[in-house]
Order: sequence, then C-alpha cells, then structure tokens
Amino acid sequence: MSARRPYVRPMTGWWRKNPFFIEYMVHEGTAFFVAAYALILLASVVVLGQGEAAWNRWLEFLMSPLCIIAHVVILLAFLYHSWTWFNIMPRTLPPILINGTRVKAATITYGGLAAAVIASLIVFAIVARLAP
Amino acid sequence: MNTSERMITMEVLRYRPEQDETPFFQQFLVPFTDDMSVLQGLQYIKDELEGSLSFRWSCRMAICGSCGMMINGVPKLACHTFLRDTYPNTLRVEALAHFPIERDLVIVMDDFMAKLESIRPYIIADTPRALSEGEYLQTPAQLDLYEQFSSCINCLLCYAACPQYGLNSKFIGPGAMALVHRYNLDSRDSGSAQRMPLVHAEEGVFNCTAVGYCSQVCPKKVDPANAVNINKTESAKDYFLRFVTPKGAGK
Repeated sequence: MSARRPYVRPMTGWWRKNPFFIEYMVHEGTAFFVAAYALILLASVVVLGQGEAAWNRWLEFLMSPLCIIAHVVILLAFLYHSWTWFNIMPRTLPPILINGTRVKAATITYGGLAAAVIASLIVFAIVARLAP
Repeated sequence: MNTSERMITMEVLRYRPEQDETPFFQQFLVPFTDDMSVLQGLQYIKDELEGSLSFRWSCRMAICGSCGMMINGVPKLACHTFLRDTYPNTLRVEALAHFPIERDLVIVMDDFMAKLESIRPYIIADTPRALSEGEYLQTPAQLDLYEQFSSCINCLLCYAACPQYGLNSKFIGPGAMALVHRYNLDSRDSGSAQRMPLVHAEEGVFNCTAVGYCSQVCPKKVDPANAVNINKTESAKDYFLRFVTPKGAGK
C-alpha cells in the first residue's frame, strides 16, 4: 500500500485571503449596479409607453431623495467599474501594433477611459440640449 | 548592504503524511544576512534545525521554476524573495496554494504534468523536415509574436494565483494556456487544430473569469491572462466562423 496521503486544502473563504481577491470581488460586485441601472432605464421605457400620467409619476419617483441617493451610489459604482474594466482590458486584447511597436498597456487603459469620458460628455451635451 | 547577521522567525507549514492528520505551522529562528533568499533560509533550517523539512529547489536563480511557494500568502519563487524584505516580521512559508500537499512544501503536480502533455508543447510541422534540409527560418517579427509566452518556466505560481483552478482543478489553467498560445503563434507550427479542442472545452478558456492575478505573480512576465483571454476570442471566432467557412477551409 502506498504511504502517500496528499492533503487537499479547503477553498472556503478564498477571496478573503488576499487583498487582490477582495478587490476582484468588489469590482465584480459593481456589475450588479450596472445591471440595476439597465433595469431602471428599461423601466423608464416601459413607463413611457403607458402615457403621460404614468411618466410624470415615474419622474416624481425618480426625484425622490431615496432615488437620488441610489443614483449617486450607482454612479460611484459605475465609475469604479469603468476604471477596473479598462484596467483589465490590455490583458484581454491581442497586441496592437502601431508602426511596428506594441501599444503599451497603460495607453490602452487610459485610451479606453478617455473614450468613456468623451462618450459621457456627448451624452450630457445631448441631454442638456433636450432638457426643458 | 547590511552584512551583519540578524535573526528572523520563519513559520513553515509542515505536513508529514505518515504522522500528521492535517498540516500545521512550525516556527524556526533563522540567522540571516541581507543577501539571503527565503530558499537559503529553508536550507539553513534543513541543514541546522530540522533535517526532515522537505521542499523542492534546484537552480537558485529563478530559471528552473522548482521553488514556488506561498510566501506571506503570495505565490513566489523562494529563491527570488529576500528574507530582509519581511524582517522584522515573521515570514510565513506554505506549500503552493490550490495543489494537494505531498509533504511539507512539496506539492503534487501530476495534474499539471498531464495538462502540459495534453497541449502538445512542441512544434508540430505540417510536413516534417529532414535534418539535411536545415533549420526552420523565422523573422524577428515572427519571433516577437510568441517570445513572451515562451518564457514560461512551469513554476506553477499562476495556478496558485488562480482561484478558478483552486475551485475546479479540471480547468486547464493559465500556464498551460500560455503554452498553447506560444506554440499556436509560432510560424513554424501547424498544430493549432490539435490544440484548439482543449481551448474550446468545458474546462478550457471559458473557466477563466479574468481575475488577472496569474499575470501579476508570474516571475517571467509571461502574462498568461493575456493568452487565456485572447483565446476566448479565438474560440468564439472558431465557433461562429464554422457557419460561414467551407468545410476543411480552417487550418
């Protein structure tokens, strides 16, 4: 009989054992807020289809203090989510060559963040123009 | 450099299968100088304090990949980590995470060896060349495509950094995927059709959730997370393109 008795260590609580994993769980957790905001947008479209009275009630609900606090929380989660998303982006792309040299990881990350900021500004500009 | 001797406490995870039910920590007081690595600390323990302590090592210079361990909870090469960086705190050494412990700091790596073999980590030529035909030629640009991934020393730090592998050891894992990528990218190789089924498989790339810690701990800057994630795209392309490409058109 073999005297070997390999010991398998349990994985319970693995994500609490390393700061890197804690951060991973937090940034994956922010995806919940992204989904939550998508649902709010979807609900807005549904309510819009129900007519003016329903829409006005929805607007009133959106302007309630609780809803504004929720939106601030979602915005913060979104900002952190964007940062971590673009941070991991260089690891997910094949090498991008410009004039024969590889684009640096930091350039991809900051380029992505810049694109996100520009897209947000364009959306803000459109909303500001449409606002009564 | 401080050449005077100081004393550091090393806390080492012990497991002797013939007498221990579970692993336990044992503390040793080790004299060290500024130029001493964790590996040298372990060697001091084995030579002077506890001859039964088991650990793997060979080259002492971060080339052979034998001395991967959890040092203060982080996967590192023991020869590539200095005792002075932890002093005056207690330095904790454990066997590489996510692998079964054979004994003390020695892990069972059979699972990785089987995976390594399964990915065919060698150049598979379309038409084998006779020796008389000379060497395969490759341009610097072609070399540059895969060179980073060829730096892997199979030290398994990336596996110890991968919670997905820890939770499900069927996952092919970062190191083996980096090598799949290394050979698939090589202009001399035509074996990707033989390797891709492992990429597409249930236990292939899609087990990865892009934690990214594997690339952070890699002592050779291989960036295995990059290899895994590029192959997610490759696998998806393969899946969808088969509907539009004529039979047998793929490599």
